[in-house]
Amino acid sequence: MSRPRSSKKLRRHEWLTLLHRAAASRRGIVGLSLAGFVVLVAVVGAVWTPDSPTAFLYDPLQKPSVQALLGGDYLGRDVLSRVLGGGWVLLVMAVAATVIGVCLGAFQGIEAAYLGGRTDTMIMRGMDVFLAFPAIVLALLIVGTVGPKLWLIVLAVGLGHVPQVARVMRAAALDIAERDYVKAVELQGVKPTRIITGEILPNLVSPLMVELGSRLTYSIVIIAGLSFLGFGQQPPAPSWGNMISENRIGLQTNPWAVIVPAALIALLAIGTNLFADAVARAAIGADRQVEQAFVRTEAAKASQ
Amino acid sequence: MTAPHRLVVEDLQVCLAGTRTDVVSEVDFEVAPGEVLGLVGESGSGKTTVALALLGYARRGLHITGGRIFLDGRDILGIDEHELPALRGGKVAYVPQEPAAALNPVRRVGNQIAEVLRVHEGRADKDSDVAGRVREVLAAVDLPTDRAFLRRFPHQLSGGQQQRIVIAMAFACRPGVIVFDEPTTGLDVTTQRHFLELIADLCATSGVAAVYVSHDLAVVGQVAKAVAVMYAGRIVELGPTATVFATPEHPYTRLLMRAVPSLDKAEVMEGIEGLPPRPVSRPAGCSFAARCPDAGPECLLSPPAKADISESHWVRCVRVRRDAQDLSGRQAIQPTSVSQTRPAVLEVEGLRASFGTNEVLHGVGFTLPEDTCVAVVGESGSGKTTLARCIIGMHTNWLGSIRYEGNELSNGARQRGKDVLKRIQYVFQDPYTALNPRKTVGQLVAQPIAHFYGLPRAEADARVVKVLEDVSLSADFLNRYPDQLSGGERQRAAIARALAAEPDLLVCDEVSSALDVSVQATIVEMLRHLQAEHRLAMLFITHNLALVRGIAQSVIVLSQGRIVEQGPVEEVFERPRDPYTIRLMSDAPRLSVAATGSARVPTAGARRPEEG
Repeated sequence: MSRPRSSKKLRRHEWLTLLHRAAASRRGIVGLSLAGFVVLVAVVGAVWTPDSPTAFLYDPLQKPSVQALLGGDYLGRDVLSRVLGGGWVLLVMAVAATVIGVCLGAFQGIEAAYLGGRTDTMIMRGMDVFLAFPAIVLALLIVGTVGPKLWLIVLAVGLGHVPQVARVMRAAALDIAERDYVKAVELQGVKPTRIITGEILPNLVSPLMVELGSRLTYSIVIIAGLSFLGFGQQPPAPSWGNMISENRIGLQTNPWAVIVPAALIALLAIGTNLFADAVARAAIGADRQVEQAFVRTEAAKASQ
Repeated sequence: MTAPHRLVVEDLQVCLAGTRTDVVSEVDFEVAPGEVLGLVGESGSGKTTVALALLGYARRGLHITGGRIFLDGRDILGIDEHELPALRGGKVAYVPQEPAAALNPVRRVGNQIAEVLRVHEGRADKDSDVAGRVREVLAAVDLPTDRAFLRRFPHQLSGGQQQRIVIAMAFACRPGVIVFDEPTTGLDVTTQRHFLELIADLCATSGVAAVYVSHDLAVVGQVAKAVAVMYAGRIVELGPTATVFATPEHPYTRLLMRAVPSLDKAEVMEGIEGLPPRPVSRPAGCSFAARCPDAGPECLLSPPAKADISESHWVRCVRVRRDAQDLSGRQAIQPTSVSQTRPAVLEVEGLRASFGTNEVLHGVGFTLPEDTCVAVVGESGSGKTTLARCIIGMHTNWLGSIRYEGNELSNGARQRGKDVLKRIQYVFQDPYTALNPRKTVGQLVAQPIAHFYGLPRAEADARVVKVLEDVSLSADFLNRYPDQLSGGERQRAAIARALAAEPDLLVCDEVSSALDVSVQATIVEMLRHLQAEHRLAMLFITHNLALVRGIAQSVIVLSQGRIVEQGPVEEVFERPRDPYTIRLMSDAPRLSVAATGSARVPTAGARRPEEG
């Protein structure tokens, strides 16, 4: 019957459409508001904190009061200021690690799928070896030997994503690489890199978006975890992971110093995960929804 | 009161769910027991929707909103939901397009047939009965009935055998009606012919009323007593096959028949301009008026009512039998002799191609002179596509020699020089997968120009427009994406992309097989003109023998990886020598009624039955 004629906007900016559709679903709204709240806290904290996050203002582990809304930490610093100021570095690092991991992984995966044969085997078996180390152990290994440099943590976490992303993207690209339109360009003698970026990649926007979303969640959890273990921003700089670790001793005296950063990390991870899920659902349902919308609008036009 | 197993459809209407937009409407027909009605139409005409409605089923998004379907005097659209399972498969059986997809690959064929019986006849306790009936229906479809055969899995059978199993399942419960939904697509011509004979036979002997849905007029002619031609959701003409083929009354039927290529004459094929209206945008008057050469002002006013030609033949056209334009006769193509003196563009010698260790081409050799179209004909599995892919460098596992203007070609496209790649262009079979869905037509056609010529932007753009003109696509198409195009438009865009490289040799691999007949005619005719105009050498690969006469000067018949016959088209078609070619010619369906034994395409229009 009639074929859906998708709008130009969908063609040109599939990623925008996906985001738009994901943000319209209930799952997406919840995810976006959770993550949005945490991001807001971190961004506000980046430019303004009520007190200096590193100044010793109160008694150690002082209970919350009017001056200190969340009380003091184990050294008597203002917990609220530390909470506000301790998030943005985590966000930046998580985003950077995700981008690095997904870009590298996607390229490796598509390359393996497209070139096939020995290249495929070499790339993917290499990835398997990589995959044998859990991401966090790998990151610990690298950071533990070289030292807790932030860029190194980002790189380590990003690299940790590569094998997983490569696998997903390879699977998605295998189908596309076999299509006639790829062959048509291949027959002109166009270079493989141009075929990958010009012909295959534009058809992989959906899986790429889904990967970005889910990897972001992993990045947040791993980076916060490393920070908890002491591999992250070094004291006295505030960071949520760090705060949980250092204020554990005062859990009974001033629990807020642990609960608040822990809750923020959890909300952020849950939020991004929910939103990533919404994007994935939008990507799967994309075609059917477009078709239904098309049928509805055309039918409405016809009945006028 | 209707007679047993008589199928009567009255005023059937199917709409888009939740709207009053009809997809199919005012469908009336009757099928007598033992008879086959052919339901013919191009894609989107609603033929499958009607076929499924006979099972009381509508596809997702559609809804049966009106009409009655009587079987044995009972309206099957009025029965309860819980009675439907008993109806489907029991009283009305369905034979789908893809037999391989209809059979469960992990179950033995004997069990699959028996299952239908157990479900519908409730004879689970009488296993001997079931086994007996399974053997009976297998024998009826000319398949072995021994235990070993019953224990086979679908993948151990050939395509033709699989299709027979599906037929056996359909007949197993002695249904009143069987709906065939293009079941011969993908079968080779000989299998197809036997299969059609089998269907006609079985229906006649078991008194089943059958509806045979197909896009192929010739196939319907072989199996059906009566034919209903559908256009834009309505039956536009219904009558005895012989009468309709000899004297088609509706302009659409006439044009459709003129679009069918002829096996017996080299004639200019004529496609039908324009596209059928989609369900949501059908005009107030006759749906065909916009494309009809005969249309007058009265056609635009209201949908035409049925006009009886004879008792069994009616047509939905207001101008029938009135000052209709004479559509008789197609222009013959003057046979151009193949000059042996023309230098060869392409020489293939001792080509042996393999998939892994399995050799599929066993020493193929031919030459393709410049400015000539050579057709390669063969059934599925003959190796014709592999041959094309070896020549263009897509299939690399081959031995032997392919010379282009005297120079040996390397196996794969990657090892070939840019110049050779530019000069040999390839058009893919399926226009639905050959165009990148993320690129506009303009970008797709500009791509080879940029790659091979590196022209400045303005010059390249001008060339894109010119190439699109060559394939009769206007500049409006520049910014459209492939999914905004019809099948024919896509194939034009794909051909434009190949022409944009300005090749000397165009390899066309079954370029029309995914298209409707009326579109196929236009595309093939366009290729014929382009070949002559650009003085291209062309390798035209097809399974459809009839297409060859309209386009090629010389033909190669390929069977199981070997060339069995080659020569000028006239000679091979008039005096085929190889038994395989002879069989292929005689089994190919022709646009004539099987019973008359005539092998002529009626070239006459409405009033003259046939001319010599």
